[in-house]
Amino acid sequence: MMIDRDSGLRALEAESIRVIREVASEFANPVFLYSIGKDSSVLLHLLYKAFYPASPPIPLLHVDTTWKFREMISFRDRRSREMGCRLLVHTNEDGVRQGVGPFTHGSAVHTDVMKTQALKQALDKYKFDAAIGGARRDEEKSRAKERVFSFRNAQHRWDPKNQRPELWSLYNARVHKGESVRVFPLSNWTELDIWLYIYREKIEVPSLYLAKERPVVERDGMLIMVDDARMPLFPGETPLMRRVRFRTLGCYPLTGAIESEADTLPKVIQEMLVARTSERQGRVIDQDSWASMEKKKQEGYF
Amino acid sequence: MGIELDAATAIDAYLQQHETKSLLRFITCGSVDDGKSTLLGRLLYDTKLLFDDQLAALEGDSRRHGTQNGELDFALLVDGLSAEREQGITIDVAYRFFSTDQRKFIVADCPGHEQYTRNMATGASTADLAVVLVDARKGLLTQTRRHTYICGLLGIRHVLLAVNKMDLVEYGEAVFRRIEADYRELAAQMGVPHVTAIPLSALRGDNVSSRSQQMAWFGGPSLLQHLETVQVARPASALGFRMPVQWVCRPDQGFRGYAGQVVAGSIAPGDEVVVLPAGVRSKVARIVTADGDLHRATDGDAVTLTLADERDISRGDVIAAASQPPQVADQFAAHLLWMDEAALLPGRPYWLKIGTRTVTAQITEIKHRVDVNTQARRPAKRLELNEVGYCNLSLDHAIAFEPYAQCRELGAFILIDRQTNATIAAGTLDFALRRAENIHWQHLEVDRVARARIKGQQPACLWFTGLSGSGKSTVANLVEKRLHAMGYHTYLLDGDNVRHGLNRDLGFTEEDRVENIRRVAEVSRLMVDAGLIVLVSFISPFRSERRMARALFGEGEFLEVFVDTPLDVCAQRDPKGLYAKARAGEIKNFTGIDSPYEAPEDPELRLDTTGTPVDVLAQRVIETLLASQEEKPQTPR
Repeated sequence: MMIDRDSGLRALEAESIRVIREVASEFANPVFLYSIGKDSSVLLHLLYKAFYPASPPIPLLHVDTTWKFREMISFRDRRSREMGCRLLVHTNEDGVRQGVGPFTHGSAVHTDVMKTQALKQALDKYKFDAAIGGARRDEEKSRAKERVFSFRNAQHRWDPKNQRPELWSLYNARVHKGESVRVFPLSNWTELDIWLYIYREKIEVPSLYLAKERPVVERDGMLIMVDDARMPLFPGETPLMRRVRFRTLGCYPLTGAIESEADTLPKVIQEMLVARTSERQGRVIDQDSWASMEKKKQEGYF
Repeated sequence: MGIELDAATAIDAYLQQHETKSLLRFITCGSVDDGKSTLLGRLLYDTKLLFDDQLAALEGDSRRHGTQNGELDFALLVDGLSAEREQGITIDVAYRFFSTDQRKFIVADCPGHEQYTRNMATGASTADLAVVLVDARKGLLTQTRRHTYICGLLGIRHVLLAVNKMDLVEYGEAVFRRIEADYRELAAQMGVPHVTAIPLSALRGDNVSSRSQQMAWFGGPSLLQHLETVQVARPASALGFRMPVQWVCRPDQGFRGYAGQVVAGSIAPGDEVVVLPAGVRSKVARIVTADGDLHRATDGDAVTLTLADERDISRGDVIAAASQPPQVADQFAAHLLWMDEAALLPGRPYWLKIGTRTVTAQITEIKHRVDVNTQARRPAKRLELNEVGYCNLSLDHAIAFEPYAQCRELGAFILIDRQTNATIAAGTLDFALRRAENIHWQHLEVDRVARARIKGQQPACLWFTGLSGSGKSTVANLVEKRLHAMGYHTYLLDGDNVRHGLNRDLGFTEEDRVENIRRVAEVSRLMVDAGLIVLVSFISPFRSERRMARALFGEGEFLEVFVDTPLDVCAQRDPKGLYAKARAGEIKNFTGIDSPYEAPEDPELRLDTTGTPVDVLAQRVIETLLASQEEKPQTPR
């Protein structure tokens, strides 16, 4: 089904396509940081549309922490193949050698080493001058302040107090060697827009977003799915089959499930319309400190 | 609402409703303590847009950082940066999203401080309406004037004047009416045609989302009611079709499409178009999208066009209706908001980005500066941070454009610094200047510094000396290619292009060789004066002539490159067969055979061509050149 040509979704789609085409035109070596979730699925779809009938000229990069849900990895490999995109996968091998993981080192160290540091390694390795990501301004307070073209210095740092002015749709893509720009084509989308667009455009997303009986344990007020044998169980903890789904996808030990009956997209959207908690609540890292996201972003986290 | 109901049907209905909702993009601005962030937080709260966890976080933050004695401090919802919370001010624009049954909203909460004017302009550039807050106790302030001026400059046609903190003036009507009258006068001066004034208290919620009992004397709508119903649509544009080409799509030999977003008018297959600035004509063959070909594309659509004819079209060109094309020009009158710590100086080249096109531009004259606080016109030789000027602009290429008032997409531009890459100005094109009107250049002597500045480079002379066959020209050629690729303006002088023309009358006697070098040196000097990087590739065997050449140039402008290849290697290479002829006596006075070569004693660079690849040698020349330029900054910054 094609979306109504006068709709707000269509305007958002056109704006995002324009941003993506601008990246392909202005940068020598751009990449799309594909994180497999719903926002990345929308971006992948937009990437396909932006360059049709050509194949997307921008490769996909997935920073694999080795702790993603297993379904995400198989989904990633299949979808990138179907879309005709080159897929690059990077893992922080130093972190793997040191055995860094969320259970042994905690969410803060794990995220820093396996995500933030890994991302910087990959950006340095391939010398990307632009990295497209799926972040939205409605997600979180420091994201609400970020530009569509967000400049990073050679150390990948964001300087929130001194951002480049960004007027109209005139994006400044000029960088010196080593510097880069993070580009957020979905800046003006809301979570609701994302789901409605997925529904309207029939975009495939991992089934983890839909409710199903899954083995979970309750820990620190969150429902954590036991996705593989690496998850240590504390005394008294027994995985229980509960009907759950996920509102965001990340490392399985750090991603809280919610109990839900929504096993189809329309039901997910319907549940969301009456939801009373924001989607980032399911992420352990945000709860570390109230300015945690801004701090992580300054350090190079996506 | 039961989930067991047919969710798909319910969602389809909801989708329909959600999709037909219009979107209003607005900004909130006002001076520092007028309560912008509080108003915005109150709106989110009243429209039930806050989630439970956000509310819980707000309660915690209000106790820790709040300014309302532990009561909910809505400002903390929107001031997202640590520095903002610490200082209790807004530094950068925050974008917020909310919707009601009538409309979707994107709000840009803009900083009030003058030093963050560029961030306010960032928010205002994409808005249709501005909510301007005024403290009822204070009335109009300098910031009110400045913000309204910036709104007018960027073409915002609707202002909602929110007279806030009415609770602190006992909800008095007279106070409100006085401020309203003052503001209407101000808005008229600044070219903002539509003003709606509403008295309210963001803290108490009066007239924010519903009409207040406290102000029965006020017959107008609440703030939210007005935002939900105000019509901001611009009068339908009379412009014909315009689409800047963003990206050329060439998946294979059989397909050539031009991708872009339609910025005005509409187009259908078969329509005649003209491609500007070149002016070539064709017809639209197809309107391609991933969802299938379209019968018509209109303003806002992101599409890919194919044309009936093969044309040389690239990014930055504008495809337009052939019957109603936009103007093409390279000289303009424009308003400029300066946004950089380093001041604008007329004559300095900057990158100018307009639509999908980037060209080099200079400000040739600042006609006047506008004091953003009083709107008085002042004479100016430069523009400082956050100042607005009315300027003449000169571009190095002609572009298709529309006046900003007609079309934002083809009338708005930014300037980018060529050294720092910073976005340093935002501008709006007013009209094109005829060339004759703009011959007058203000404050600018055309001298060697000015000529060098327009090229954005430091001129120099690279003098390659060495035996015939030593590899001078090979290295010099590669150096020129690389410098050119790096954006430098160069010229290579060698025996081939000088001896066949300028020095056609000279032979190879010692006198003629001296005259040959004298002429080449003088030509090089003129070229350096013109701002070029000149590469001279001549055997130039005598020290005294090379010394004479050096004396023509300024300190550090002349770099002698000795291409030091032994005679036997040159003779063995003998690329033109000259050594063989000289040995056979067919050529007289041949350097190295029967005429001397005096090797340089102290060259800036000595190249050994026998063991090093030519690209490494070329790179060494470039590094030496660039290093010498860093030591001697000539272009004042």
